[in-house]
Amino acid sequence: MTTWSEFVEQHGTVPEWPYPIHYDQESEIAADVLIIGGGVAGSHAAISAAHQGAKVVIVETGHLKRSGSGGTGVDHWHGACKNPCSKVTPLDYTMAVMESAHGYSNGIARYITCTEGWETLLECEQMGVQIRDVHDEFKGAEFRDDETKLMFGYDYRNRHIVRIWGFNLKQCLYYEMKRLRIGMYNRTVVTSLLTEGARQGGRVVGATGVNMRTGEFYIFKSKATIIASGGAGRLFSFAPEMTAAGAMSTMNSCGTGHAIGWDAGAEFVQMEQTAPGRLSGYGYAPYSVGNTSNTYHGTSIVDANGKEVPWFDPFGRELKTVEERFLPSQGQRFQLGIGIGLQMYADQYKWNDLPRDLPERIRRGEFQLPLYADLTRLSEMERRCIWGMMIGNEGKTRIPIYDTLTKAGFDPDKDLLQAPVMLPEAYQHSNFWGGTPIPHLRSLAGGGFLVDWDLRTSLEGLYAAGTSPVFGAGCHGESHTMGRYAARKAADYANDAAEPVVDRKQVDAEKERAYRHVKQNKDGIGWKELNAAIARVMQDYCGRYKNERTLTRGLSLLNELKENEGATAYAANPHELGRMLECFSLITVGEMVMQASRLRKCSTAYLDFYRLDYPQMDPPEWEKHLPMRQEDGRVKSRELPLDFHLRSPYASSYEENYARHAGQLERQGAPQS
Amino acid sequence: MSDKIYMTPNSPTPNRGMRFDATLCNGCNLCVDVCPTDVMMPHPEKHKAPIVLYPEECWFCGVCIEECNHGALSMSHPAGQNISVNWKRVETGEYFRLGMKNPPPPNLRPPSGGRR
Repeated sequence: MTTWSEFVEQHGTVPEWPYPIHYDQESEIAADVLIIGGGVAGSHAAISAAHQGAKVVIVETGHLKRSGSGGTGVDHWHGACKNPCSKVTPLDYTMAVMESAHGYSNGIARYITCTEGWETLLECEQMGVQIRDVHDEFKGAEFRDDETKLMFGYDYRNRHIVRIWGFNLKQCLYYEMKRLRIGMYNRTVVTSLLTEGARQGGRVVGATGVNMRTGEFYIFKSKATIIASGGAGRLFSFAPEMTAAGAMSTMNSCGTGHAIGWDAGAEFVQMEQTAPGRLSGYGYAPYSVGNTSNTYHGTSIVDANGKEVPWFDPFGRELKTVEERFLPSQGQRFQLGIGIGLQMYADQYKWNDLPRDLPERIRRGEFQLPLYADLTRLSEMERRCIWGMMIGNEGKTRIPIYDTLTKAGFDPDKDLLQAPVMLPEAYQHSNFWGGTPIPHLRSLAGGGFLVDWDLRTSLEGLYAAGTSPVFGAGCHGESHTMGRYAARKAADYANDAAEPVVDRKQVDAEKERAYRHVKQNKDGIGWKELNAAIARVMQDYCGRYKNERTLTRGLSLLNELKENEGATAYAANPHELGRMLECFSLITVGEMVMQASRLRKCSTAYLDFYRLDYPQMDPPEWEKHLPMRQEDGRVKSRELPLDFHLRSPYASSYEENYARHAGQLERQGAPQS
Repeated sequence: MSDKIYMTPNSPTPNRGMRFDATLCNGCNLCVDVCPTDVMMPHPEKHKAPIVLYPEECWFCGVCIEECNHGALSMSHPAGQNISVNWKRVETGEYFRLGMKNPPPPNLRPPSGGRR
């Protein structure tokens, strides 16, 4: 007896809301450093700011113990260039990423994260995360260093990617936050940033939020604020009934940080970059089916008759042995791994993979569907590492995959795990659990706050950390490291900053906006119908192909949703109210994507961006960032070279900029292994 | 259970994200508190298993199951996901799938690193 229907059938009545209702009631909370978003970036930021002596408050939509995309675990840590076994320097790594992205990535975030990533991982170890093979389960394996007991992924020669047992990593961060007495606000949807004098573009002095259980209104006052929120998984695709189980971000992923930053007047770049929504949830439960990507990298794939699919290096040379799959090939200094927030890789840094023409080979009948992942063809160490170490520690794998499949009898020593049966073209990417790509479903793919070498946004008092809010920034480990770095800078700023003064009129306007959905006529639509309409506009008017008319029409329709269906929409309880307010963040993020798309009057493969009215591909004069912001509600844009981070006012080298800005390391005391 | 038939909306899809064993659950609501998307609500009566109110918001991450000290919760992947997880035994050529009627014996090997 645990569903709503069962309760109604047993009791003959609808259960009352279980929490006290506090609509309109407000609490004011003051902090030196306020952190918006409590995933791994925000949580690590909170810990780092507290180490600096700041009074820290962190606000999270879910519950900090396990919230965020990284909240359910992680199995490998990219760009740990300073670990004692790494043969890749931070500069090598940064250059490889920037070259792969053709400059459309974030050199600042990349250099910072691969310089401090290892230290950050050591901090996680101190908090209780296992990052070494301390039980000697893998002694003698090729991917293990027997002295440090570290284990490596993808490129066993260069050893800059560390395999870790991170299933409990988020709890470790949570208990450290508790120990440091950080102010934790769970179940809170942030609705706006507060600015000095309520001015768009003014210093950020706090934020407002609504509790999703009680409906209480929070006014956060802060000297410095860090945006560490997630992406906007519900923007182009909204069908949770079918897709939530297969997605790598939760329902909470609605672009709050982007939206409130945009409304406050912060500058953004690369918002026009979207990617095929392959992982938006129309596939299969993550890691639940046969494939050979990411955590499964190196797994043998066989067809229905047991015929093995060969592996190739990025230059198209067939690999003869399993061992070669984990080594760079001739012409490569090192390989980058998958899952670092890059949409394309230069061949000289790309990993080894299945043949690029696998779809064609399947069509020709060379391989018979279904395909299977055959872990029995790997060495026992490799098999156990992929299925038992990585599957079991990566996000959403401990209970949903490892426990569930083993309890059901799956044994990687004996069984072939079937890949989904899909259209041949879906086998183009070896991450088969992503399913068949659906052309009109897109996802944000790198757009975010423009940041400087302090990870400060264009607004005074506002910093950004994490791979969603910061443009072009990476994935899990990078999020921790950015959080840790941005918090040092934010705490430093807060030390000397003036007391924040909140504008009461700004608060009152926000309160009125927030509560109208629970007070008005109940005829209005609910948040789910509104969300689905937003996704429809994005799919239709801002898909892979667009032109000026579709974009301006799309903007009008989003505005209509805001002023018409959205304005009259009804929320029956604080949970629905929170979700409703998130829909308004989604509308804002949709507007940002369309505005950014209007600014780029060319087509470019690097951003997977196609303007039907500007079909010329990659004209050199358009190879630049187009930062945009709002001033008095109007969009203002400018141009910025792709290598702005190495030009005036900055120094011309990564090392020099980092040396000038990183600071504080001595005071904090970098942990030793 | 009442004999009355009520007007209730169609059950959401998926019908539920997890299953409770009522004999093991003591209604402590730790699972309610840790859920990233607030899928469950405390039962109005103390010591009773929570009500799964918003199963369509379930991410199927399993943290509620990890949080439970009583083993009262189990994962219930949507049927559309269960039916997609298939495997074949190399030696015998037998086919298995998640959620099948007569499953093979469980594989009892714990994950690497062990539980903490």
